[in-house]
Amino acid sequence: MIKYLLKKEFKQILRNKFLPKMIFMFPFMVLLVFPWAASYEIKNLNLSVVDNDQSTYSEQLTQKIISSNYFKLTDVSPNYNKAMKSIEKNQSDIILEIPPHFEKDIVNRQGAKVMISANAVNGMKGGIGMTYLVSIVSDFNAGIIAKLMPVTNDVSPVPTIQIDTQYRFNPHLNYRVFMVPALMVMILTMMCGFLPAISIVFEKELGTMEQINVSPVPKSLFILAKLIPFWIIGIFVISVGFLIAWAVYGLVPAGYFSTIYLFAVIYILAVSGLGIVISNYASSIQQAMFIIFFFLMLFIMLSGLYTSIDSMPEWAKWIAAFNPLKYFMDVMRSVYLKGSNPLQLMKDLSALIGFAVFFNCWAVISYHKKN
Amino acid sequence: MILLLMPVIQIILFGFALTTEVKNTQVAVLAPTNDEASSRIIDKLNASAYFDVVEKIHNTDEIQPVFRDAKAKLVVVFEDHFGEKLRYNGKAHVQLIADATDPNRATSFTFYASNIIASYQQELMGESKNPYQITPEIKMLYNPQMLSAFNFVPGVLGMIMILICAMMTSIAIVREKEMGTMEILLVSPMKPIYIILSKITPYFVLSFVNFVTIMLLSVFVLKVPITGSLASLVLVSLLYIFVSLALGLLVSTMTNSQQAAMLVSGMGLMMPVMMLSGMIFPIENMPLPLQWLSCIVPARWYISAVKVIMIQGLGITSVLKDVGILSLMAVVLVSVSLKKFKIRLE
Repeated sequence: MIKYLLKKEFKQILRNKFLPKMIFMFPFMVLLVFPWAASYEIKNLNLSVVDNDQSTYSEQLTQKIISSNYFKLTDVSPNYNKAMKSIEKNQSDIILEIPPHFEKDIVNRQGAKVMISANAVNGMKGGIGMTYLVSIVSDFNAGIIAKLMPVTNDVSPVPTIQIDTQYRFNPHLNYRVFMVPALMVMILTMMCGFLPAISIVFEKELGTMEQINVSPVPKSLFILAKLIPFWIIGIFVISVGFLIAWAVYGLVPAGYFSTIYLFAVIYILAVSGLGIVISNYASSIQQAMFIIFFFLMLFIMLSGLYTSIDSMPEWAKWIAAFNPLKYFMDVMRSVYLKGSNPLQLMKDLSALIGFAVFFNCWAVISYHKKN
Repeated sequence: MILLLMPVIQIILFGFALTTEVKNTQVAVLAPTNDEASSRIIDKLNASAYFDVVEKIHNTDEIQPVFRDAKAKLVVVFEDHFGEKLRYNGKAHVQLIADATDPNRATSFTFYASNIIASYQQELMGESKNPYQITPEIKMLYNPQMLSAFNFVPGVLGMIMILICAMMTSIAIVREKEMGTMEILLVSPMKPIYIILSKITPYFVLSFVNFVTIMLLSVFVLKVPITGSLASLVLVSLLYIFVSLALGLLVSTMTNSQQAAMLVSGMGLMMPVMMLSGMIFPIENMPLPLQWLSCIVPARWYISAVKVIMIQGLGITSVLKDVGILSLMAVVLVSVSLKKFKIRLE
């Protein structure tokens, strides 16, 4: 019987003029375009300099900053207020103000100051810009100290702690490596969330649902037949994703493909199960779409895709714990970057299995053959 | 009902939960020699809001498993006899090994950790201040506490409004087509422009209610102040709502089934709005073709206008460009949907 039900599902999908095209195009469009947009690398911050000293040192400092690659000098203002205007006009992001007597104060051993004002509407961007600028200033400072400090023959008079930094898994701090696996998860989620959510309610609106209801098809078999096409679509989508990630971005998982497929199979079940639950309860396509849209949006935003879950408040972490997407996102990134195997991802595995079982049982229970 | 409740839940959740601040990052430490200097540094790390020292490991082989099991994001490795070397040689090494899966966070928290270690070094140097020290004085404009909500509230506002508006209107006309009531409308003496405008009006009212609730929540619950003029904020928002609704209408006139209309406006809009509006990723970092592409995303202009008015507190004159582009979009969208609509008439 399942054979005929599946035949019906595929006919319904393929008969649609719009769906097959979308299923095919969507992963390409997303994966070819968006990884280029998803960059948090802060480069080319626009710098405005207010140099009240006009000395060799202040010149050197400004030069050092501009040659650092992070900053672009877009504005030189005679005073702070003028520089503020350039921030307001969005011509610059950060102001460096060098006070008068900057050089004199350093040479006279009095210590000097510089004022840094960053546009912090985007706290992250402002913060990183400030960080870069501060570290360049302290670099410059170290150079001055080395030059002016009286040299003693024995070991350096002040204890110094040398800090080396090492970045594991992504040594070049490439943001694309971080985003591409995540975008694959997102495509999978949207495909296997939106489509099942309308699948049953669509039949309700069409009227074909009644025919199924009066047929001897068991409930669980009907739901299973609804799930299998999305399974196949999901596997197809994720394979296309692997291909693009490899061909365009040169990304190959550090772990095994089989690990990802294993998790993907369970994850697709979980998400499409949720979709079908919503479809069972909804009375119109519109309603179903809004509800699934609401959930997917929550899932995506609270998955650690853009912002880390560690930084969220405690209660939001609790909500995130009920988010299947979070677990799969974690799996994808771990396998792609760290090469984790299923044993190390046991927690994610059991959570995903839990979601899959829960949503699909609910889907079967909430499907009533009677009106 | 769900249309009114949805934005409320979303803005509260996202306003609080979306944050790029570094807080409570788990840290593991490897200190082969348990001396005063290293334990002082560990205490300092633990005491800061940025880090939680969760684990002590004993050799370098344990570093990889710590990352792999996601127990810590940063491992601080002190060299052997760290304290002694620091005291007698005046030089000692610390290694910061970061899980750079998320590159940006990795840079931020290594920076914070370096700062904390440097502050310990300052303490050691005691009062004997370096006479050549250049001290940077830092001012964070508009958002002194660097709250992420200041950035995300305008973003989430722009995203929710356009998605809800477009999804609501996108099925407005296509549903009448499916139900067959469209023919009745078409044979009536109504002009297409009236049909379209009357389709928009109820959603316009609903969207405005949504906008007001979101604003109230962001001011009173999320504590994001409206520093600029409320009137200009409302004006820009009304324009934006109109553009979003018109976009939905366009989708509606171009598609033939509710299913397609919903998928185009829901799925098709969600990704571009999230990625290209400057809500999460700064537009100026994108490659040029994408920057051009982002110009056709209405949310981009709206979000930047809201940031200027709401957070920076500047007047309407600073957002004339954004307002102009949004108005242009409104005109284009409405006239294109009118044209498409007429074709169906014949």
